[in-house]
Amino acid sequence: MHKDDYRNKIANREALIGVGLVIFNFIWWYAFAYGLGNKDPSEYTYVFGLPAWFFYSCVLGFVVMAVLVTIIVTKYFVNVPFDDEGEGK
Amino acid sequence: MNWEAIYPLIGFLIIIFLVGAWAGKRVKSSDNFLQEYFLGERSLGGFVLAMTMTATYGSASSFIGGPGIAYNEGLGWVLLAMSQVVTGYFVLMILGKKFAIVTLKYKAVTMVDFLKERYQSKWVVLFSAISIIVFLFSAMAAQWIGGARLIESLTGMNYTSALFIFAASVLFYVTIGGFRAVALTDAIQGSIMFLGTLILLIATIIAGGGLSNIMADLNAENPNLITPYGAEGNLTPTYVSSFWILVGVGVVALPQIAVRAMSYKNSQSMHRAIIIGTIVVGFIMLNMHLIGVLARPILPGIEVGDKVMPLIALEVLPTWLAGIVLTAPMAAIMSTVDSLLILVSSSIVKDVYLNYMQPEASHQRIKRISISVTAVLGIIVFLMALNPPELIIWLNLFAFGGLEAAFIWPIVMGLYWRKGNKYGALASMIVGVGLYVFFDVFYPEPLGMHSVVLPTVLAFFAYVGASLMTQKRVMSN
Repeated sequence: MHKDDYRNKIANREALIGVGLVIFNFIWWYAFAYGLGNKDPSEYTYVFGLPAWFFYSCVLGFVVMAVLVTIIVTKYFVNVPFDDEGEGK
Repeated sequence: MNWEAIYPLIGFLIIIFLVGAWAGKRVKSSDNFLQEYFLGERSLGGFVLAMTMTATYGSASSFIGGPGIAYNEGLGWVLLAMSQVVTGYFVLMILGKKFAIVTLKYKAVTMVDFLKERYQSKWVVLFSAISIIVFLFSAMAAQWIGGARLIESLTGMNYTSALFIFAASVLFYVTIGGFRAVALTDAIQGSIMFLGTLILLIATIIAGGGLSNIMADLNAENPNLITPYGAEGNLTPTYVSSFWILVGVGVVALPQIAVRAMSYKNSQSMHRAIIIGTIVVGFIMLNMHLIGVLARPILPGIEVGDKVMPLIALEVLPTWLAGIVLTAPMAAIMSTVDSLLILVSSSIVKDVYLNYMQPEASHQRIKRISISVTAVLGIIVFLMALNPPELIIWLNLFAFGGLEAAFIWPIVMGLYWRKGNKYGALASMIVGVGLYVFFDVFYPEPLGMHSVVLPTVLAFFAYVGASLMTQKRVMSN
């Protein structure tokens, strides 16, 4: 029973991290897209040939998420056994 | 016939066959048929897990339909498609270790097994199994039609022979190899999708004379194409954001995805899969849709959106390379269809037959029945795709949203909220599916959001409300 408790804690924490990442991802995506994209296209600035809103929201946003996910998973995700001891076949 | 484009397709099919045959051997030698055939004995490593999730999720719409809409709507549709990056990490993080631990403890083989053990209710099981069979069967038929159309347009064969080739290939490896064949072929198919996207992106940018040039052309044609608001300016932020539910976080509840969250070997595989999955899914979604937009100045005036992707590949690449790249959408469709087939089959065999019709069936009998159900299902889908009935097409429109609305709370709350009970689960499923179909038919896009959003929110309250109200009743049992 105690073993279950410690694994549950880890699982709950990691699920919350997942929710946090989605919220961060959404804010980044939304803020750049509609923050920079909400003007006349003739006033757009460009990064690497793409409109700035698109570059920051979609291209950079994806790269940031990929890096962030990699760091968080390797640093903060804990390895746990899935089967209870002695229960394997 | 366009032979140069056909050779890569034939090569692709041969590789897939070989993998299927190899997995079939594993099925024969396994001493736990159900776990092996429907779950690959929980042995997936990180790379295969990431790829099978991505490839199952990435379907005809990511490679054919989506780029076609992006061609017409511009960058706004790419923005919308980017809500799917979430699926790469969210599904495995949310279901995560808890799902793996719990389903192993329950000895679950399907997602419904989990619901059955968690809620101990016949009605929850039957309602879930029926929704899965009905919705995913329709989704499968729609994907088969897409697969056949693609072979038709690539090779110049007629629709029936194209459908036959497609159906025969999928049926062969799924029937004999089960889940392991599906996952392994998905890994190959996912890699092809990734590489195909990369090659096509580079070639398209070069053919268009660089990104700046293409953006200038788009701006000259219709400035709206480079805004986040769509070609007509009618993609509102609310509407686009609401797709975060349908194709983003809601994906957690798709049975064909959730079942994968119980198929991996250990937590290291899961960690690796989260990282690989996020990168691959994001890369494919961003670039395939972007290719659709970039194709517009290069090949203006394509009327049928679904043709954008095949046409641009043939335009910007040498024929043989286009043939290779165009196995990518083929791979995307196959990898979705195979997963749906094995899932619907598992639902019939495990969730309905073994649970309620013949719980004492012998090992040999289960084996025979699983393999025949899979084959017969495939044949029925084939016949339906020959001449698709209206009902199937109509149901397919609701398939993903309907399953999400039905299952998201019974799964997620079932894992993390101890007080959730069968009444909550049933209420949530009925409210979710019922309201979703109701809104979509009578009052589409309530509050400017995709029709799935409001029913999903209300299903949450139904779950919590019904669970709390029946707390005493459950306690006294």
